[in-house]
Amino acid sequence: MRVDGKGLIDRTKPVRFTFDGRAYGGYRGDTLASALLANDVTLMARSFKYHRPRGVLTAGSEEPNALVEIIGATNQTPNVRATVQEVFEGLAARSQNRWPSLKYDGMAINDLLSPFFSAGFYYKTFMWPRAFWEKLYEPLIRRAAGLGSLSGRHDEGLYEKAYAFCDLLVIGSGPAGLMAALTAARSGADVILAEEEARLGGRVLADDIMVGGKPGADWVAEVQAELAGLPNVRIMRRTTVVGVYDHGTYGALERVGLHQPARANLPRECFWRIVAKRAILASGALERGIAFPMNDRPGIMMAGALRTYLNIYGVAPGKRITLFANNDGARVTARALIAAGVPVAAIVDSRPDAPMEDGTLVHAGARVIDTKGRLALRQITVLKGAEQIEIETDALGVSGGWNPTLHLTCHMNGRPRWSDDLAAFVPQDGAVPGMIAAGAANGTFSTHGCLAAGHASAAMALSDMDMRPAVIAVPMAEDAPYRLSALWTVEGKGRAWLDLGNDVTTKDVGLSAQENFSSVEHMKRYTTQGMAPDQGKSSNVAALAVLANATGRSIPETGTTTYRPPYVPVSIAALGAGGRAMGFAPQRFLTSDQASRDRGAPMIEAGLWYRPSYFPKPGDATWRDSCDREVMMVRQTVGVADVSTLGKIDIQGADAARFLDFVYCNTFSTLPVGKVRYGLMLREDGFVLDDGTTARLGDTRYLMTTTTAAAGLVMRHLDFVHQAFCADWNVRIISVTEGWAQFAVAGPQARMLVNSFLEAPVYLPFMGVAPVRVGGVDGRLFRISFSGEEGYEIAVPTRYGEALFRDLVARAETMGGGPYGMEALNVLRIEKGFITHAEIHGRVTAFDIGMDKMISAKKDCIGKASAMRPGLVGPEREQLVGLKVGGETAMVAGAHLFAQGDAIKRETSQGCVTSVCWSPTLQMWLGMAFLKNGRARHGNKLRLVDHMRDVDLVVEVCDPVFHDPSGEKLRA
Amino acid sequence: MRLSCPLCGSRDRREFYYYGSDDYLNRPAPEAAPEAWDHYLHLRDNPAGVTKDLWYHELGCAQWLLVTRNTVTHEVLAAELVADRKGAVR
Repeated sequence: MRVDGKGLIDRTKPVRFTFDGRAYGGYRGDTLASALLANDVTLMARSFKYHRPRGVLTAGSEEPNALVEIIGATNQTPNVRATVQEVFEGLAARSQNRWPSLKYDGMAINDLLSPFFSAGFYYKTFMWPRAFWEKLYEPLIRRAAGLGSLSGRHDEGLYEKAYAFCDLLVIGSGPAGLMAALTAARSGADVILAEEEARLGGRVLADDIMVGGKPGADWVAEVQAELAGLPNVRIMRRTTVVGVYDHGTYGALERVGLHQPARANLPRECFWRIVAKRAILASGALERGIAFPMNDRPGIMMAGALRTYLNIYGVAPGKRITLFANNDGARVTARALIAAGVPVAAIVDSRPDAPMEDGTLVHAGARVIDTKGRLALRQITVLKGAEQIEIETDALGVSGGWNPTLHLTCHMNGRPRWSDDLAAFVPQDGAVPGMIAAGAANGTFSTHGCLAAGHASAAMALSDMDMRPAVIAVPMAEDAPYRLSALWTVEGKGRAWLDLGNDVTTKDVGLSAQENFSSVEHMKRYTTQGMAPDQGKSSNVAALAVLANATGRSIPETGTTTYRPPYVPVSIAALGAGGRAMGFAPQRFLTSDQASRDRGAPMIEAGLWYRPSYFPKPGDATWRDSCDREVMMVRQTVGVADVSTLGKIDIQGADAARFLDFVYCNTFSTLPVGKVRYGLMLREDGFVLDDGTTARLGDTRYLMTTTTAAAGLVMRHLDFVHQAFCADWNVRIISVTEGWAQFAVAGPQARMLVNSFLEAPVYLPFMGVAPVRVGGVDGRLFRISFSGEEGYEIAVPTRYGEALFRDLVARAETMGGGPYGMEALNVLRIEKGFITHAEIHGRVTAFDIGMDKMISAKKDCIGKASAMRPGLVGPEREQLVGLKVGGETAMVAGAHLFAQGDAIKRETSQGCVTSVCWSPTLQMWLGMAFLKNGRARHGNKLRLVDHMRDVDLVVEVCDPVFHDPSGEKLRA
Repeated sequence: MRLSCPLCGSRDRREFYYYGSDDYLNRPAPEAAPEAWDHYLHLRDNPAGVTKDLWYHELGCAQWLLVTRNTVTHEVLAAELVADRKGAVR
């Protein structure tokens, strides 16, 4: 029911929305919960386990009951708290966890069976027969469990992530937060003020408190206007700080677009990482309930939430309201309601010495022992002494006191401290370095106390940062003491609920203690207390009190469970913003990318790069047809391939040669200028790190190439070796991979093709390098080969890559050649016995690949000391060999090798296959493999077995170089 | 987590690559006993408290940092350039 003249909603801006398909009206500034209450809708949800009818309990993000699905054009979001979701024109919300409807829910049968469903029910019931668990019980339970539903489609919504930096982060904008922000802002600090709600003000607005002699809303508006006008302040509304991390890093979730109709380019949420030198936690306090019998009916809510609905939303959640409390707070609610013209039937105050209240009936020393009303509260029963009083009421406000919202202070392993005065946990000072808790979050519950604490804590934080705090007079406000007499539970018939989110009762907690799950962490897991989406914000402390009572310990002895981030649920979509589909990893494209795609080449991923797999032509039935044709093209005429993905590292300086001698196992100081040498790089533990060719461009300048996969790894390694072991050497290292486009030209006609586009033809011997000019551009020509044919690689600055590639391919085609892709490149290198990271996979030594002779005896190098140690050399090592087999039977990589006659099992494996191909050149299947003592076993016949792919055949071991073993073609 | 790079200032740890203990800086002589190499390559302490380890500012200045930090309190006590330290010379 809407109350005239109350609330901060914009009554000039009506909006229409739907709930379970029915249209309702609300105003801009309403939450879904407040708008439904205004329409007298109190039934909003069904509970998780027993499917009991539930209404709204709170007015904030701690809501355990009123979880709904929000249906958007492209999104369906379950478990949205109706107390957080703002209404807007066209909002469509749906209740969840019910069938067929909210009012008539078939699963409510669980409620009748509740005597069987106590804590530990599943553990005790679904034990036998053992085999039933997986096949029957678990599928059934899984189907019944869970809240809300997903659309089953991808979330196409836009999410963002962002970073922010500041001197002071103020978390919360109630009286303490606003004073802290104002103090820091006037002192010139760079301030971020983060507020979870849509409005600044916190309980100043919710309680309609006078501040500095004026209505609280006016004071908030003044402060907000000043802050908004300052260049050194950023106000982040609808932003919940959800986690605290090391060194002043805070995670925060901003609801950017969730409160308005979807628009193109409007993110739904943004996940912030805020780095703050200091922070003030002014997150306030959360009101807690009292576990009295049947305390879960729609219409029963927190007394403070009643005030929020009245003062912020102009809504009375009932027509005849009662209050039940153990402290003075309920009286504030009663007075506000009466002043607004809403009848209050009675205040039930558990304190025997509770004061009277003008104009309102107070039952002192009384308790609510029962409630009635199936879908909405209708009546409560009060026990006062021996007398039972029945009161007709449709809304009951409950207050069991307040718990400081100290969650963030515990995110770095801090534990809260119990305060007997407040009957609540309060933060430990210094629990998070650089963060100060202030105001209600620190157990200060009067408005004036909060204002003063906000100012003082900001002054402290500023002084810490060597800033001079501005002096601000703290405005006058109520400074009433917090008078409370702890009351956690009320005995009586019927269930008394603690955790409404997971349907945990006081009896469940008692049962847990009785069955010896008496540590708080065990109790939590046995009963699921605090494990619902609200994480027990309004029930954990009460559950502790029940457990303490059941085990005969005090609450501080019982301890708390661990508070972990996030403070409120965070959508995975926000955490992973930008990372969906192709956003998952960056894509690196070659300069020839478009030219390759124009020719219909399917692209294959190589690390982050996309490389052409093969170039199909009409008549090719499969990729193999294209691949075989491209291989023969290179062997017979000429082929062109983009090899720009190889890492290129420019190494310069007087000590460059010396440095290369140290990082490569072979020698580069002896390499003449204008020549290229193959190099093998080891890890310090003696295993092969990478290989590649390095060219000497000048006396003090080398250009190293690495494999595509290890480009980053090698760069990091070189920097480490240089900085850790020879920082004084005159050498500088930089990656130039992106600076050059490089193309391989290979085949008997490669030289003819190369000379056709160079401005001046050059003669290069095998393993030579020379500067060349191509179409007016300076480039480099290398005579190196990865195919076994006469081969060149031409490099030009990246921006000329595409033009050169297109030109090279066109020229090749006039000669009967053309482009070749990764598949052909792989076949060509296997035919020639060249290794890739399929072979140097991190577990092989120089000895294993037959290159131990390359390790120079004349110098030290990385990996030398380890490379020759026992166990890394010798006949027990698996050594690189070739495999061949006649006929069309395919070998497969990954298969294991066995001696003929041996049993086929792990223990008898002699090695395994790393690379295979069909060789169109030799018309047979070829393989490369690592085989125990392999170099001594050339000519042996072995069994090649792969159980996964059902392959079992006999192969012959041979030298891994199949094509042109003498290298005549290479050197031609 | 944040690290203070001596060249770039305070940066998020996502900019850094973690390598391991600063033991990696104390490379034995080539002819050192196998035990020395074994220790250098494989044997590591696992201290609860102050530790020194190596981080590479891969998304920044490409410098290796020697970071002193406390594994219990998560405090970062110091960060210096590996190249600047004594002993970075062969």
